[in-house]
Amino acid sequence: MAVISTNQPGIKPQQYTSTQIATGVFCVALIFTLLQFTGLLPSWLHRLPESWIPPFAVWLDAAFNFIRTDLGLEKLTRWFAEGPLQFMLDTSANLLYGKKRWPGFEQIPWSAIAAAAAVLGYYLGGWRLAALAGGTFVWTALIGQWTIAMETMSVLVVAAPMAFVIGLGLGIAAWKYPWVDRAIKPILSVLQTLPFFTYLLPAVIFFKVGPTAGAVATIIYAIPPMILMTTLGLKKVSSEVVEAGKMSGCSRFQMLRHVYVPAARTEILVGVNQVIMLCLAMVVLTAFIGMPGLGAKLLAMMGSFKLGRSFEIGVTIVLLAVTLDRLSKAWVVKLPEHFEKGTPWWQRHKYLLAGVGAFVFFTILGQFVEWFAEIGRRQNFSQGKEIDTAIKTFLAFDLVQATTEKIRYVLNVWVLNPFRDFLLSIPTAGFILFVVAGALALGGRRSGIYAAVFFGLVALSGWWDRSVITLYSVISAVILATLIGLPIGILAARSEKWSQRVLLICDTAQTFPSFIYLIPAIMLFGITATSVVMSILIFAMVPLVRYTVEGLRGVPEEMNEAADMSGATRMQKLWNVQLPLALPTMAVGFNQAIMFAFFMVIIAAFIGTQDLGQELQKTLAGTDLGKNFVLGICVSLMALTFDMAIMTWADRKKRLLGL
Amino acid sequence: MTTDAPVISCKNVWKIFGDDPEGYLAKMPAGQSYDDIRADGYIAGVKDVSIEVGRGEMLVIMGLSGSGKSTLVRCFSRLHDITGGTIEVEGQDIMALAEKDLIDLRRNKMGMVFQSFGLLPHRTVLDNVAFPLEMRGQDKHARRARALEVIKLVGLEGREDYFPRELSGGQQQRVGIARSLAIEPDIWFLDEPFSALDPLIRREMQDEFLRLQEMLGKTIVFITHDFDEALRLADRIAIMKDGAVEQCDTPDQIVMHPATEYVRKFTEDIDKSRVVHASVLVKPDAQGEGDPVSSTATIHDLAPTLVADLREFIPVTDGTAVIGALSRQEALEVLVGAD
Repeated sequence: MAVISTNQPGIKPQQYTSTQIATGVFCVALIFTLLQFTGLLPSWLHRLPESWIPPFAVWLDAAFNFIRTDLGLEKLTRWFAEGPLQFMLDTSANLLYGKKRWPGFEQIPWSAIAAAAAVLGYYLGGWRLAALAGGTFVWTALIGQWTIAMETMSVLVVAAPMAFVIGLGLGIAAWKYPWVDRAIKPILSVLQTLPFFTYLLPAVIFFKVGPTAGAVATIIYAIPPMILMTTLGLKKVSSEVVEAGKMSGCSRFQMLRHVYVPAARTEILVGVNQVIMLCLAMVVLTAFIGMPGLGAKLLAMMGSFKLGRSFEIGVTIVLLAVTLDRLSKAWVVKLPEHFEKGTPWWQRHKYLLAGVGAFVFFTILGQFVEWFAEIGRRQNFSQGKEIDTAIKTFLAFDLVQATTEKIRYVLNVWVLNPFRDFLLSIPTAGFILFVVAGALALGGRRSGIYAAVFFGLVALSGWWDRSVITLYSVISAVILATLIGLPIGILAARSEKWSQRVLLICDTAQTFPSFIYLIPAIMLFGITATSVVMSILIFAMVPLVRYTVEGLRGVPEEMNEAADMSGATRMQKLWNVQLPLALPTMAVGFNQAIMFAFFMVIIAAFIGTQDLGQELQKTLAGTDLGKNFVLGICVSLMALTFDMAIMTWADRKKRLLGL
Repeated sequence: MTTDAPVISCKNVWKIFGDDPEGYLAKMPAGQSYDDIRADGYIAGVKDVSIEVGRGEMLVIMGLSGSGKSTLVRCFSRLHDITGGTIEVEGQDIMALAEKDLIDLRRNKMGMVFQSFGLLPHRTVLDNVAFPLEMRGQDKHARRARALEVIKLVGLEGREDYFPRELSGGQQQRVGIARSLAIEPDIWFLDEPFSALDPLIRREMQDEFLRLQEMLGKTIVFITHDFDEALRLADRIAIMKDGAVEQCDTPDQIVMHPATEYVRKFTEDIDKSRVVHASVLVKPDAQGEGDPVSSTATIHDLAPTLVADLREFIPVTDGTAVIGALSRQEALEVLVGAD
């Protein structure tokens, strides 16, 4: 009896569920907001007073200066930039577009590269890939963009292999040593949400302006997926293959070299594909720090509203992206096949021989017929002016003009501006609590705490208003993208044929460097705020549609059959069976849409925005590394909050559904 | 069949999975059951096993999935480090081996065949078979010659340049077998080598395996969950349950005298007459009359004699001399399956 009575006080107070806490937090936030609207809220709860904001930028600057000069990191990076990296970039630049540098060769004739690419395409994927690969280079040469395209490629061919090697090495280390894995994981998730402008400035400061800084920023940007794919692949190697290796008497190095890495070939090659695509996307964007090439040209053309030339450069970039993507994907699925006994040597290596043969033939031809080596300024087929006129005539049609004007007016006046003003009118404390409530409801307690800490830091950074405006662009664009993308996805998922088509379009669109998405928006809406939202909208819609289709098509066939046999109508089946099962997958798409939107909103600073991206872009001109980082981290923290809450929700939901 | 010292000898071997298996084993009171250990948050993969494998003997380890048979064999080859006890391979304590010596042991003495073949997908048949030779640094020509020899042995001539995915399951396992034989191992581990194959192919592969063993005479540890397969192949069978060996004996003895209820259940549906040999039923002091029967014949082989004959005791010979006689009544009981 005594024992029981002493136990009584030990009973824990009743635990609240995450949803109950979320509701509570939401109510507090609502009260704050209403108080603010009635003017009763103390002003420090509305906006933090300037004096409360710690000088993060100054601290960061001090830290950077310490690392840079006192620890001598700058010497090391400068040495690397001016030594090995410059050397490699010079070599590739000399070979690809004849820049007068080491080793002092002439540039490789365009026809030779196009022919070699076509043979490679044929080897990897047959005639269609041959036509795509060869055609891309022929187009680039004929349209008169060979030199700028090769400026871009010369950085790519250096950056991609380096990102591959570093990523592979780090991936192996993370797989082998758990402490490396633990150290790398959080850095990777921040890196993947950090806006690209934040990659650029440190690169400039540590590795000087121009191709070297561009290459470094590109390498760093492309490493994370390589690390992730490498560890994933190595972890997936079947235990029997590993044991077979051990029983064959492999030493540790032999295990890695002959068993693990070859057995993880598929994942590693998928990593290669991602490295190439990210490198291309980034190389184009390094235009912002003065890297010459396709990106710089596109930036200049869009800036002076030369739509025809912008369009042509856009096509070149897209063709290059699709070619590189398809070639590397074909390489992933290309499995070795045996030759019959007694196949002669030249038969076994016929593709290599054909490639080398074509390359040599056109190189020699180029020495005699100038046209095959280099297409002069007057000889190209660029129709820039004509396209320009065509687009402008099209836009000048009353109907078109009226429509775009109308859309712009309605969006701006009725939707976007009021929404932005509303978000800005919410007091900081209330805003943070709203976000926390959302995170709690979706991702549970952990996500809620992270949301509070992350948004608290954003408030303390002193860039609150700019952050809210960034968030407003993201939210409004994603909502619009959802309104348009979801029905498209649902409709497409109804038939196999349309699913395939839409997925192909999405797949292709996803390979385009993000910069490209600005072109149609600017064409239709000029350099305005509507263009910003429009470009984000198109960019964010791709993953939304894609994951909606994949989620709905992924519903197991028996479930659909069970619903049919239960007498469900099409609508009932969609609402009660397909959507609930597809929801976790669709949430992943929604999450990606938000991440893409955060990425795009920063690039859109180029059009002229008032958000963090604008400030970030301004820092690129100077050496204000501290401010650059504070701004970048703000974007990253907001993106991470969403990422964590939504992904936790999707994972939990998937587990509950047993998927 | 056992000559001189045992090739593999293990004493009181434990393999426990969990956070701190050594610490747990050291503190564990004697007589803990599998479920007791599990209640403490540990899994007893191998539980106090003592077993010996003689030279040239084929020991079949039989048990259902999760009984610890694969774990035990991985302890023999030190793919798993054991938690307690000792394992000696040819007199060497394998837990005491340095990494280099362990690699040497595997490169020269051991071969292993896996259930899902464990072939390297990026290598041709030839390169897969030559893999262990390559690892120990043999030159290209020597390993090619040897690999071709074993490929021929398993009947895959002409497929040397194929990749594993271009072969059927049975053919892939032939590659696995060839690879494990390439280094001419003394000890041959086979972990459910035929379980992933169709029944017809499985039968064919078993015959093939017996033919190979006839030629090579290796020391074999063979794992299976199929009791019929065990009876067909084994010199001795060790039956495992929950990490422990329930009984380890010849097929005849296991069928005739199951040690535990668990073992008896396995033998229930077995046609004993095909397993039990005349030698098992022999009573040395019994006197029979007339023509003797061979001691190596199964009762099933003797069925015509047993049914037609009217003698009470039938003499049995081991080929040179009469070693006793078997009771016809007892033999008939085995034949009709009465207990």
